[in-house]
Amino acid sequence: MEELMHFDFKGLVIILMSAVFVNNYVLQRFLGICPFLGVSKKLDQATGMSIAVIFVMLLATAVTWPIQYYLLDPNDLGYMQTIVFILVIAALVQLVEIVLKKYVPSLHAALGVYLPLITTNCAVLGVTILNITENYDFAASMINSLGSGLGFFLAMVLFSGVRSRMEGGDTPEAFKGLPITLVAASIVSISFFGFAGVIEHLFS
Amino acid sequence: MNGIMIAILSVTVIGIICAVMLAVASKIMEVKEDERFPAVRDCLPGANCGACGYAGCDGYARALVEDEGVRTNLCVPGGDAVSRCLSEVLGVEFLDVIEQVAVIKCKGDCSVTSEKMDYEGIESCAAAKLLFGGTGKCSFGCMGLGDCAKICPQSAICIENGIAHVNTRLCTGCGMCVSACPNKLISVMADVEKVLVTCSNTDKGALTRAVCTHGCIGCRKCEKECPTGAVTVVDNLARIDYDKCRDCGHCVEVCVTGCIMNGDFSGIHRAQEE
Repeated sequence: MEELMHFDFKGLVIILMSAVFVNNYVLQRFLGICPFLGVSKKLDQATGMSIAVIFVMLLATAVTWPIQYYLLDPNDLGYMQTIVFILVIAALVQLVEIVLKKYVPSLHAALGVYLPLITTNCAVLGVTILNITENYDFAASMINSLGSGLGFFLAMVLFSGVRSRMEGGDTPEAFKGLPITLVAASIVSISFFGFAGVIEHLFS
Repeated sequence: MNGIMIAILSVTVIGIICAVMLAVASKIMEVKEDERFPAVRDCLPGANCGACGYAGCDGYARALVEDEGVRTNLCVPGGDAVSRCLSEVLGVEFLDVIEQVAVIKCKGDCSVTSEKMDYEGIESCAAAKLLFGGTGKCSFGCMGLGDCAKICPQSAICIENGIAHVNTRLCTGCGMCVSACPNKLISVMADVEKVLVTCSNTDKGALTRAVCTHGCIGCRKCEKECPTGAVTVVDNLARIDYDKCRDCGHCVEVCVTGCIMNGDFSGIHRAQEE
């Protein structure tokens, strides 16, 4: 087993910032595209979905990290990572839904259909697996998950703004609907390449 | 071999733990739904046709449970039986459902009109309509490619002699065919009515006559002769106001092209009662 990497405060900030901007899950790693295109039509929906994603990412990391290091690795079951993580995340999201429905019905109504949607979201699985492959310790993993969730939030909010502007625009007939949305998504994605290299020199 | 067993076992155990956890949680933290909801939902037919104006049967049931003001006679396909069931479950007064049937306002079959092209495209009215306004000489009429028949959940529509016919004895009046027709020929009306204008052509009489001998030419004879003033000709087409119509059938007798027709439109609900 490789050594876990530990970070000081500066290192954690760098992890957070790079997860939000440089390694943005949607715009740079192209994970979680489905909700990005599907739920970004309106700002309130996009916000609801993003908050649900942040919540689930943090929760999933808090559960899968110990599973990896205290259950899978000691038994040489590292290769079962994907299956076990999917299983655990799915069960977890269902549990969260039940709890929310009982104790916080208003939040349950606000998150609505997005919570079950996240059960099979690849961004959530992606962030948990990436935390392991990067050898982050628990604190760094949680910060990375938070950053990834915030990055998703940022992408969703930005893109819902872009889409609301596109609705008013004069789009050629052949580009209406999904085509122009994909073109706009790629341009937003390209704009995020501008952040590459910023983080390395954040504190120097 | 041993490795596989450990892997299978551990995943199974994790799965069982998750399952037990979820089962326990859903039992302990069960949210009491309105106990009338399942009963209300069971009353409804479950076709999710949307005739009530809500998103499917679940939506209508939820609206009925949560809002006292929602009427119980909105499920037309279910008819009186559903309305009675709902009123019993909810403890409100029984409201009679006005049973409806779909009618096709075109009788331009191959004996009275003809095709203007040899259409060999996709077997769909919506597609054919895009090609020079449809296959028939009359661009208002039924093309007989059966978009309505395909969507009908009761298989109550058949295509014969080049046009669609509704078997009203099977029709529940859900109205799914209404939106399927690109020429908007289909409408739902109360199944107690007896007369129907079987034409939708709004061209001038001479033009209509040239493409279909059955079509309404807008001669206004029915309008003048109707004893209750229920028939009016708007845009060269006779229209019947069923609020005023007494089903005397006089317009059917005077109509020169025979496009106002008598018929028995009693739907499936009436058929079941008999």
